[in-house]
Formats: sequence, structure tokens, C-alpha cells
Amino acid sequence: MTLPDFEVVPRVGLILSGAALVLLVAGVVSGTYWSLVLLHVAFGAGWTIVDLFMGLIIGPILGSLSIPARAELSRRLMPKMVVIMPTLVTATLVAGWQLGLKMGTVNSGHPMHGWVVASYIVVGVMALLALGLLEPANIAVLIEMKKPQPDPMVIDRLMKRFVYSAGVIGIMQVAILVIMTKIRVG
Amino acid sequence: MKTPAAAAPEADRFPPVVQVGMTSLALILVGGIYLAAHLPESVPLAPAVALLIASVVLLLANLTLMARVPGFPWRRFVDVAKWALLAYTITAGLIGWVFIRDGLRGGTLVVLVASLVVYALQVPLMIGFTVARYHRS
Repeated sequence: MTLPDFEVVPRVGLILSGAALVLLVAGVVSGTYWSLVLLHVAFGAGWTIVDLFMGLIIGPILGSLSIPARAELSRRLMPKMVVIMPTLVTATLVAGWQLGLKMGTVNSGHPMHGWVVASYIVVGVMALLALGLLEPANIAVLIEMKKPQPDPMVIDRLMKRFVYSAGVIGIMQVAILVIMTKIRVG
Repeated sequence: MKTPAAAAPEADRFPPVVQVGMTSLALILVGGIYLAAHLPESVPLAPAVALLIASVVLLLANLTLMARVPGFPWRRFVDVAKWALLAYTITAGLIGWVFIRDGLRGGTLVVLVASLVVYALQVPLMIGFTVARYHRS
């Protein structure tokens, strides 16, 4: 089976990612409470939804497909993930930190500070899995699929790594939902 | 598509660069959380500095491990790692800019920026390595 050609990193995606980061910088520079809440909630919701959907819905579906079908779906899905995830994560964290400074929740004396530190830990573990396992597997599977003769064993191995990591991250996002709602409601 | 071949066993001859890289990242994450969790109080920097040094040692160990692999596909590694380095330098730069803009100064800023440098090097290294280990000439 030969896969049609595709871009590992879609150029249109890079433009949109750049626009999102410009928006983020503008929000941070303006420093208004509304803009920071908007950026943190919008990007954070995107991050949570994508992780939950990838980990708990798409992941198991991918795992049950035949290797050619998995390769075809991955060829269309994975290049988008390469651009979307780092953008969502960076924007959520930067806007969240700014918001925490404005609300005072990052200060160790704040009553909700324990929950904020818990979010640092959960996000830290998620970042570790995403940066160390998920992102390298994502790029490597795309480059394998670009080869004239992709090796199905390599694709299978890397996709399993991607799917398991996405599943664990998806479950951890539930913890983030609990922590964030607790911080907001008090 | 090729028939299932012995690509995976071939890939297994490589050293545990990803595991070492994840440990290195975990160390700077712990250091970063330690510093962030105590803001705005000033806390002893020694634990964060020790974690940062250990993380840098693991980054260097990773480069050494790769250099010792006979016939390591460096060209493939560089092809991928350079673009990842560009992307992660942008994200690290953005986070560093926010720290500076927020008035973080002194030893805490130095440790956090150095941690971001390790992050911006270690992640592309792991991405480049993961691609290179499955390279077939």
C-alpha cells in the first residue's frame, strides 16, 4: 500500500498557530482580566477536549482499525495534532499563569494555593508524557508514513505509544477539570 | 507499504535516550514546581539548582549515548531536530518573556530560564532521536 503525499507540518496550521500566539501576546500585554480569562478558558477548554477526545474516543478506535486504515486516518489527523497541541498547551499555560498572578492564586498565601500547586503537578506529568512520548511518536509516525515503503510494524509500534499516552493524558484531564472548577468556585 | 519486517528489533539496538530525556525533563519540572509553589516568598535555590544540574548532566549523557551508536543517522536526526528546536525555542521564549515581564529577577529567573533552555534542547533531541532510530538507509 502506498500513502498519498502529505505535509508533516501543515503550513496553514502554522499560520493559524502564529495568529493564536499573537493573540496570546496581545492578551498578556493588555493584561485585562477579561482577555486573560478568555484566553485561558478558550485554549484550556480546547486542550482538555482534544485530550479527552483523542485519549478516550479516537485512541481506542485507532487501536481497533487495520494497519492500512490506521495509517490513512493518521495521515490526515496527525499533522494537525503536531500544530494544535503545542499551541493549545503554550497558550493555556501562559494565560493561566498571568491569570493566577492577577487573581493572586499563585501566591503561596492564597487559600486556594494548594489546588493551584496540585494543578502544577498534574500539568507537569501531562507535559512530561506529551513531550517525551506523544509528540516524538506523532512526528516519527508521520515521517515513517512519508517514506516510499512505510514499515507497518514501526507505524503500529509508534501509534500504540501515541494512543496509550493520549489515553493516560485524557484521564488526567479529568483531574484538571476538578481542580480548575474547585479553584473557580472556592 | 512494506510487509512486517525486523524494523522493531533493529530499533531496539538504540540506547534509552527517551527514558533519559524524560527523566531530565522531570527533574526541571520538579525544580520549576518547587520554585513556583513558593512564590512570592524567596526560597533556597539550592534544590532547584541541584535538579537543574542533574537535568543538564542527563542532557549531555543523551548526546553521549547517541554519539556512541555506530552509524547513527545524524543527518536524519538533524533534519528533524532543527525544526523541532525552532518550534520549542519559540514556546520557551514566550514563557521566558512572560517571566521577565512579570518582574521575576535574580537567581529564580536564572534557574527558570536555564530550565527552559534545557527543555528547548531536550524535547527536539527526543523527537529527532525517535525519528532517527527508525531510519533505514
